[in-house]
Amino acid sequence: MGLYRALLTLYPRSFRAEYGSEMCAVFEQRRRSAGGAAGRAVVWLTEGGDVLINAAATHWDLARQDLRFTARALARTPGFTLTAILVIALGVGANTAAFSVADFVLLRPLPYPGSDRLVKLWEGRPGYSRNEVSPANYRDWKSAGTVFESMGAYNPIELNLVGEGDPDRLEAAAVTAEVLPMLRVEPALGRVFAAADDREGAPGTVLLSQGLWQSRFGGDAGVLGRRVMLDGTPHVVIGVMPRGFHFPRRGVALWTPLMFRADAFEDRDDNYLELVARLRPGVSLQAARAEMAVVAGRLEREYPRENEQTGATVIRLRDELPQQSRLLLLTLCGAALCILLIACSNLANLLLARTLARQKELALRTALGAGRDRLVRQLLTESVLLAAMGGGLGLLVAVMAVPLLARLVPDALPIGQAPSLDVRVLLFAGLITGVTAVGFGVLPALRAGRDTGLEGLRDGGGSSGGRKQRLRAVLVVAEVMASVVLLVSSGLLLRALWRVQSLDPGFRSEGVLTLRTALPLPKYDSTARRVEFYRRVLTEVAALPGVQSAAYISFLPMAMGGGIWPVSVGDRQVGRRGNNTASLRYITPDFFKTLEIPLRAGRGPAESDRLDGPAVAAVSESFVRRYWPDADPLGRTFEFAFQERTVVGVVGDILVRGPEQASEPQVYLPATQVPDGSIIYYTPKDLVVRSSLDPTALLPTIRDIVRRVDPEQPISNVRTMEEIVAEQTASRAVQARLLGSLAAVALLLAGVGIHGLLSYTVSNRARELAVRMALGARRRDILAIVLGQGIRLAAAGVALGVVLAHAAARAMAALLASVGPADSATLAVAGVLCLAMVIAGCFFPALRASRADPMAAIKAE
Amino acid sequence: MPDPSPAVPVPQLSPAAFHILVALADDDRHGYAIIQEVAARTGGEVMLGAATLYRSIQRLLEQGLILETRERPAPELDDQRRRYYRITPRGRAAARAEARRLQQLVELARAHGIVPARA
Repeated sequence: MGLYRALLTLYPRSFRAEYGSEMCAVFEQRRRSAGGAAGRAVVWLTEGGDVLINAAATHWDLARQDLRFTARALARTPGFTLTAILVIALGVGANTAAFSVADFVLLRPLPYPGSDRLVKLWEGRPGYSRNEVSPANYRDWKSAGTVFESMGAYNPIELNLVGEGDPDRLEAAAVTAEVLPMLRVEPALGRVFAAADDREGAPGTVLLSQGLWQSRFGGDAGVLGRRVMLDGTPHVVIGVMPRGFHFPRRGVALWTPLMFRADAFEDRDDNYLELVARLRPGVSLQAARAEMAVVAGRLEREYPRENEQTGATVIRLRDELPQQSRLLLLTLCGAALCILLIACSNLANLLLARTLARQKELALRTALGAGRDRLVRQLLTESVLLAAMGGGLGLLVAVMAVPLLARLVPDALPIGQAPSLDVRVLLFAGLITGVTAVGFGVLPALRAGRDTGLEGLRDGGGSSGGRKQRLRAVLVVAEVMASVVLLVSSGLLLRALWRVQSLDPGFRSEGVLTLRTALPLPKYDSTARRVEFYRRVLTEVAALPGVQSAAYISFLPMAMGGGIWPVSVGDRQVGRRGNNTASLRYITPDFFKTLEIPLRAGRGPAESDRLDGPAVAAVSESFVRRYWPDADPLGRTFEFAFQERTVVGVVGDILVRGPEQASEPQVYLPATQVPDGSIIYYTPKDLVVRSSLDPTALLPTIRDIVRRVDPEQPISNVRTMEEIVAEQTASRAVQARLLGSLAAVALLLAGVGIHGLLSYTVSNRARELAVRMALGARRRDILAIVLGQGIRLAAAGVALGVVLAHAAARAMAALLASVGPADSATLAVAGVLCLAMVIAGCFFPALRASRADPMAAIKAE
Repeated sequence: MPDPSPAVPVPQLSPAAFHILVALADDDRHGYAIIQEVAARTGGEVMLGAATLYRSIQRLLEQGLILETRERPAPELDDQRRRYYRITPRGRAAARAEARRLQQLVELARAHGIVPARA
């Protein structure tokens, strides 16, 4: 019998109260009338099952009633309903969008089967743990390592594709035969590279990405076996990779075999390989690191000069993510959480006010026989319905916001451009919606369950409950606090952005067009032939109307930060130790003029610097400061890039590595002095053109000129120098803008919260205020009372917020570009904004209170 | 055949609700008596469970098809825990409409030879 009674607790309480004892009586009679143990068992089974089914059905009946009732009640107060739904939508939308990007970039496994065992290997040296690996070290690591199932090398390259339409410059990767099988991705068509393909002298083969196959070859399955020209050499298409396959980064359009010439293993200082490996099953990352440390130690003893202080860095492929990207995303998630906190407290406040306003109605319904649990249920239904509608809208907000966040997805990862909406994201949105519903729905519901009594019916019931007021005040303080945190954080990021943007790059980027004509080998093996190409292009471009000057350089500043070589001057020997490195660029004569880099002394590289003449160099001021701080540098010599060079000029420093990293001193060599067949990676390929007219308008004419000089030569990477500079701070700008708009939303929400609380207080205290006015208080005093309440709450929120903001700012210090976490200007602006918001929120309730007619207020009671 | 029932449309009945209304057609009864009456009339084939019974009763009360009566039997036959239910005119109309619907179904089946024609 007790068991049956226990089963009945599955029913809603109201139903149980009505029919519980009767049901027990009926059950008791049936049990008694059933003969024998078997009969009783049958009664138990049938009645038990009957209870389960009907209890669920009864709940459903009630829910439907409540939903109908709630929908009507919400429709009667469209202002409240709309506000609540929008507030939830903002909270859910912001968090879902932030989660979907963070999940995509930080959490989700990479799109390769068994990707958790894929690792990357780097040469680690003091100060920088991730250097590319030389072929010799790669070979030795590979043969010595026992912890890896397989190890492969790759090299990001660019290739000119000629034929099949306009010549095109494509991002590609040269990979050893081990790499693609290691990733365990099957080609959509054909086969991947086999061991025979990456032997020296093997015929050229190429794999196409799905995108390139579609766009360039029309998705034709007959492409297999076709010959294409890449950098002037024929390659046979052997396969097409599937859709969604990216390696090593997004945007790679084709893959060729990485071949090593026999002499590639001689120079252990020639670091250009990136290594990827798969751990054997059961081998931990720690074990792999320990073994590679031993291997690297042995190689350092064997090659004490080249491998001086060279270790092996092993990291998971998943963790190959710039620290800054990670921090940006975490900041975004934190900001979204702040918004959710504000949204929840705001909603709790709205609903509390609504419950209090409805106290009479609720009390009346209690008096008419509605059980207390029915009222609680009713209020919960209301929260859940609001949450569901807000959550649905929030999901829509997220779907629209995610493409805007795509800039936060670093393109150095082998994943797509933007996260897609999938089950995980939907689940998260549901979870957040649920949390919101519980967060703001349960409070008012519990309150109603506790408080609805007859006192609600009494007039003037408004004076009930300092406790309620305190709770609402706490919620407002929490809102102000969260908005201060967001305001200060976004303010600091904005300051950091401005600081970084205001740094002088050392050149003038306005009015400069850049593009790349990468000359393919072996066609342009000879320096004379390349110089002829530059001369013809530059002569014609310089003659165009509006063009002030034009030049070629190996790599554009900021677009490429590397290209670093060791320097030795006199007895300072080349070595890994110390800072004896500089960035190497070959240029044509007008480069300094085109970018307006100031010439401090001597001259720049000139046409007259012949390949067979003395090797000359222009160096930057920091180079002079480092090697000849007290002497005239002109005419001095240094060893650099296989040759002794004589300084003929000194120029200003530029930020080669962009505004956020320290740059090495710069060495500029004449384009005419690139030795034939050597240092080919550094042959000038980027064209810069300064024009007094809109530089982008020049593009069609320049295309014509290049086509005239070499019809097979593609043009790629067309950008203005300003775009290249802006790109340096693009993710910062997105971040500052994003956090700024979240802060604005937070401020607005907090304002709504304060306004709601004070409006309620004012109408609640109408009689008290009226009595005060009747007793001679002036309007000004009333204003002061109401405003005072708002400002006290705000002050508490600001004080707590500043403390939290300081902690948040310390956590994201790496993003702040040396703006201090306690930046006084930012704190002051955030404080003023909050104060303005509080005054705006208080203003109307205060005005209403001060304008009230005291007699009317008293009579109404 | 046009429906002669009152202007207020009567709700559709579940089988359990129909049985309950029929059991109440000639007399007021309490819950357990309804179960027994239904079982007796159907030769023991329909045994309403307590949960089904009271959920149906709740809905029938809400729909105004039955009501709880204050008249109680002689004290020596009464049990204070029991409540007695009585069919309303609207309840009668609903039961009649349901019976007619069932009859039409049976005739339809008969016309198509699914059940044998009456002798």
